[in-house]
Amino acid sequence: MPSTRPLPRLFSPRKASGPPPCSCDAPVKPERQSALKQRLSAFNWRGLVLPLAAFALWWLVSALHLVKSGLLVSPADVARTAWQQIQSGALLRALSASLAREASGFVIGTAGGLLLGAALGFSRVATRLIGPTFDTFKQISLFAWIPLISVWFGLGDMAKVVFLSLAALLPVAAHTCDGIHAVSPRYVEVARAFRYSRLQMARFVILPAALPSIFTGIYLALIYSWLATLGAEYLLVAGSGIGNTLIDGSEQFRMDLVLFGIIVVGATGWALNALARGVERRVLARRTGVSRERAAA
Amino acid sequence: MTTTTVSEGIRIRNVSKRYAQQDEANGTLLVLDDISLDIAQGEFVSVLGASGCGKSTLLRLVAGLDSDYRGEIRVDGERVRDTSLERGIVFQDHRLFPWLTASQNILAALRNAPLSTQQKREAVAEHVALVGLEGFEHAYPHQLSGGMAQRVAIARGLVNRPRVLLLDEPFGALDALTRGRLQNELQRIWQHERITMILVTHDVDEAIYLGDRVVTMAPRPGRVKRIAHVDLPRPRERSDARFVRLREQILADFSDQPAPADHTTPGSGLRANAHEPRITEWRLAW
Repeated sequence: MPSTRPLPRLFSPRKASGPPPCSCDAPVKPERQSALKQRLSAFNWRGLVLPLAAFALWWLVSALHLVKSGLLVSPADVARTAWQQIQSGALLRALSASLAREASGFVIGTAGGLLLGAALGFSRVATRLIGPTFDTFKQISLFAWIPLISVWFGLGDMAKVVFLSLAALLPVAAHTCDGIHAVSPRYVEVARAFRYSRLQMARFVILPAALPSIFTGIYLALIYSWLATLGAEYLLVAGSGIGNTLIDGSEQFRMDLVLFGIIVVGATGWALNALARGVERRVLARRTGVSRERAAA
Repeated sequence: MTTTTVSEGIRIRNVSKRYAQQDEANGTLLVLDDISLDIAQGEFVSVLGASGCGKSTLLRLVAGLDSDYRGEIRVDGERVRDTSLERGIVFQDHRLFPWLTASQNILAALRNAPLSTQQKREAVAEHVALVGLEGFEHAYPHQLSGGMAQRVAIARGLVNRPRVLLLDEPFGALDALTRGRLQNELQRIWQHERITMILVTHDVDEAIYLGDRVVTMAPRPGRVKRIAHVDLPRPRERSDARFVRLREQILADFSDQPAPADHTTPGSGLRANAHEPRITEWRLAW
């Protein structure tokens, strides 16, 4: 009787075993637009109240000359500096130098963190051998390594990238290891019932199950390495970078430059955060229920 | 009491199982005490008991998920030492991989099956149809209802065409309506596939409705208390006088169950006692 059942509705034999049956058959554009609209309507506009109020206050104070100090600059000054920095290419130079460092440190650190975390998660020998050292290592403030790094690698890009890699490595390794350890034994049992080999177990059960945690680690690595970029540029003062722009501003008592630098740093951090969230959502959407249209269909 | 000895089917001989106890360093807890049971090829056996009677443990031993026991379990004459694709299993929590769709979950069971990609694809489609889930192949587990997820789990348990399907309280977490429907489906599948099924449950109705025999287990330590033959034609009628009589007999077993003082491990703090909720009370509690 099962063979006489009516033909499947959503089932098209062509795609029957295609690896990830994503929603690529659906029209993409209208979906995107509606998603954007949804996002806009879901946006928390009230969150803008506080920054706007602060900006208004700042503008008011400087416009009415309520404070007579060279350290209080007007929004117009900052805007002028911003324009000048952008036009002269100084911003581009500083920001690209910083981002290049951030990117290389992030990539190196994440790769190392994945390897280390996987070793700690899968291998009991590695856990016994490296585990205690790693746990102690985690407790040391990142900035405590700066003197050592500067002695070994100098003050240039090399030292900074090493520092950034370290900043990215720790969260990735910790979250990868934790994610692997937290995989439910119930899934492992299912895989055993289907006679998965150790390799199949790791590849098809443990890693997918640990993926959300691994993503959290990578996400943190991206944020940490950006924060560390600034720290590195402050403490290993050589070359250019957005951190050096800040230092220059503070040394020359140019608060407009400092404020501009802060805005750039904040905006970059925000952009990196949004990027990481977006990638994470895309990759994990299918299992967490973001794409709910399909269930309704 | 027991069926005639067969070379085919499942032979469980003097199986005992101990767990190391958490709270006591010296003691071990006897969860299965000298279980012997023969199950014929193609038979449907319900194993009935209150929680803690070791019925799920017994199922895990037959599945090969746990090989640390005394005694002997043979399936078709071969000693059970590890899991096998010849024995499918369905758990109470469906245990579908949340990162795979329904059909991918079923396909995951075929990873080590000696089939071509095309054959695997066909087997998946066939089993999706068998459990009536056409149209939901590409749904992720979180998009499925509990009953549908359990159907996928049943399809996953069957897709390797095992000779035995082990069901560990598969409908325990479902609402009464869904449970009834899935019981009928399971019966249909059993009749269609002609494979051996062992169903572990604490639902007396379910045990009688589906089983050729109902094996009642008593707790602490887990042992076979009684084996009842259900000689009723299928599909069975729950209001049938013989069905009702059998149910009453089995329930009476549980109600006047004396405290098995002789089996109680002294000082284990796990005395079997009269305060144990009776099966009837449980059913009311749902």
